[in-house]
Amino acid sequence: MSALTFTLKQRPDQRVDMSPLVCQKLAGLEFADIAAITLQNGKRKIRVDELFNVAGSDTQNIVIKNSFNKLDFIGKELDGGCITVEGDAGAYLGLGMKSGEIEVSGDVGLYAACEMKKGLLKVNGNAGDFLGAALPGNKMGMKGGTILVKGNVGERAGDHMRRGNILIEGNAGDYCGSRMTAGTIAVMGQTGRYLGFAMRRGTLLLWNQPQPSARFNDCGAHTLAFLPILFASFKKLNSKFADSSVAFNRVRRYAGDMSEMGRGEVLVKLG
Amino acid sequence: MIINGVTIDATFAEAFPMKATRAIITAQNEKWAMISAQAMTGFATSVIACGCEAGIERVLDPSETPDGRPGVSIMIFAMGGKGLAKQLETRAGQCVLTSPTSALFAGIDGGTRIALGKNLRYFGDGFQVAKLIDGKRYWRIPVMDGEFLTEATTGQVEAIGGGNFLVLAESQPQALAACEAAIEEMRKIPNVIMPFPGGVVRSGSKVGSKYKALGASTNDAFCPTLKGMTQTDLSPEIESVMEIVIDGLTKEDIDKAMRVGIQAVCDLGAANGIKRISAGNYGGKLGPFHFHLQEIMA
Repeated sequence: MSALTFTLKQRPDQRVDMSPLVCQKLAGLEFADIAAITLQNGKRKIRVDELFNVAGSDTQNIVIKNSFNKLDFIGKELDGGCITVEGDAGAYLGLGMKSGEIEVSGDVGLYAACEMKKGLLKVNGNAGDFLGAALPGNKMGMKGGTILVKGNVGERAGDHMRRGNILIEGNAGDYCGSRMTAGTIAVMGQTGRYLGFAMRRGTLLLWNQPQPSARFNDCGAHTLAFLPILFASFKKLNSKFADSSVAFNRVRRYAGDMSEMGRGEVLVKLG
Repeated sequence: MIINGVTIDATFAEAFPMKATRAIITAQNEKWAMISAQAMTGFATSVIACGCEAGIERVLDPSETPDGRPGVSIMIFAMGGKGLAKQLETRAGQCVLTSPTSALFAGIDGGTRIALGKNLRYFGDGFQVAKLIDGKRYWRIPVMDGEFLTEATTGQVEAIGGGNFLVLAESQPQALAACEAAIEEMRKIPNVIMPFPGGVVRSGSKVGSKYKALGASTNDAFCPTLKGMTQTDLSPEIESVMEIVIDGLTKEDIDKAMRVGIQAVCDLGAANGIKRISAGNYGGKLGPFHFHLQEIMA
């Protein structure tokens, strides 16, 4: 069975809500039924086959070709299966994802993997603001799973994050890990201002020294036993994080945000 | 059946269902992992008075441990799940949490989950940190030498306790030498422990006693000094009897351990004063698992 492939015919002017095209909603549907699904496109509805050339039949393996940054809500609440996006993705990619895997070859927009519960999201380009965060007004961001970004991420990555891993090979913008309740964000590149702003618990794992902050207190240099186990769990990823030469267990530990409950930590690689 | 001059009795060892768990203790080096493991498995020879039976299964290479440090695998057996959980937790708290550089991990992935470090976290007084890695929850508990890392739970499985055999020899040193040889071989078998001191017990017991308060008392039929005053099971030349008790995860594991142990004893043979191999049982009325010596050695 070949992958169910949606190839974009031409880029619409208005944004498209792609949320009906997830594996669990398409399971058991005939080809004609899938082609007849309507998608919200700006203020009008548009048939799938009007927007895409549809091919293939494996609804648990979806490929979106010629994708661009106005295709929103790809993989919304995905519950098993695999979605591959060739090109860029719009906002809310993998919103509330429950399980399964999404891979994007290009960049992704705002709120990618926000309120994600489980599964794996892999972004080969850059990600926008509020990666793995909570929707505006909500208090719980990502609750599980793993996000891997090979490029840079915008501001407020992991805002209100509660559990899971966000792995960033590039740089992170301002307010990385803001208002975090728990979980782990690892950043190999540089981090911006206000790192861990108002974080309550959780771990920010950094390869480079962040800008100093009065909100975090230096707890000294330590060898932490959980780090080898954490790095070992990254081995299955196709990423720099899987490379044993980037792993470390010697860190400087900063506790904060002291203006909040202060149980969070920033661990910075030593040596 | 006679092997190398040693008579294998046509009898069987009688064993009981137990609950078992396994934990992995790691430390900065093997010396400290072993110290911690010995503390955790101390005073755990028999469920009669210790609450559990525990022992060191084997030393682990750093490549076999979750954190890549030298480690030791220990196993604990108890009559019930509740008792096992309590023993595991108190022993982990007093013997591993306290031991310098130690970390504690689950040794069984499946089975019923029981608390390993789940409740030890409260020692952290609010400074403890949870980490969920690959579906397993770990607790990082701040302690004075750094951090104590422990997995939250480990697995509890059905197991068998009380596999045994008796070594009957012409002298005490010969009985002990034979048991030492047996234990050395048996320790190479996975999934079993020999919970008594050095793996050997010299005070095998029978059920009941003339004293009402006691549930078990000395096995007078196998006591050489009582040969003339009780219904003895010993021939005149036997001067010393020692027992090896085996707890294991499955009947096959215990079979295997008994086979290599008895074989090691028989290799010393009659020339070294070993006369007979027997086993302890209660007439087959109490334990559902029977380990027939001659079948095992066939």
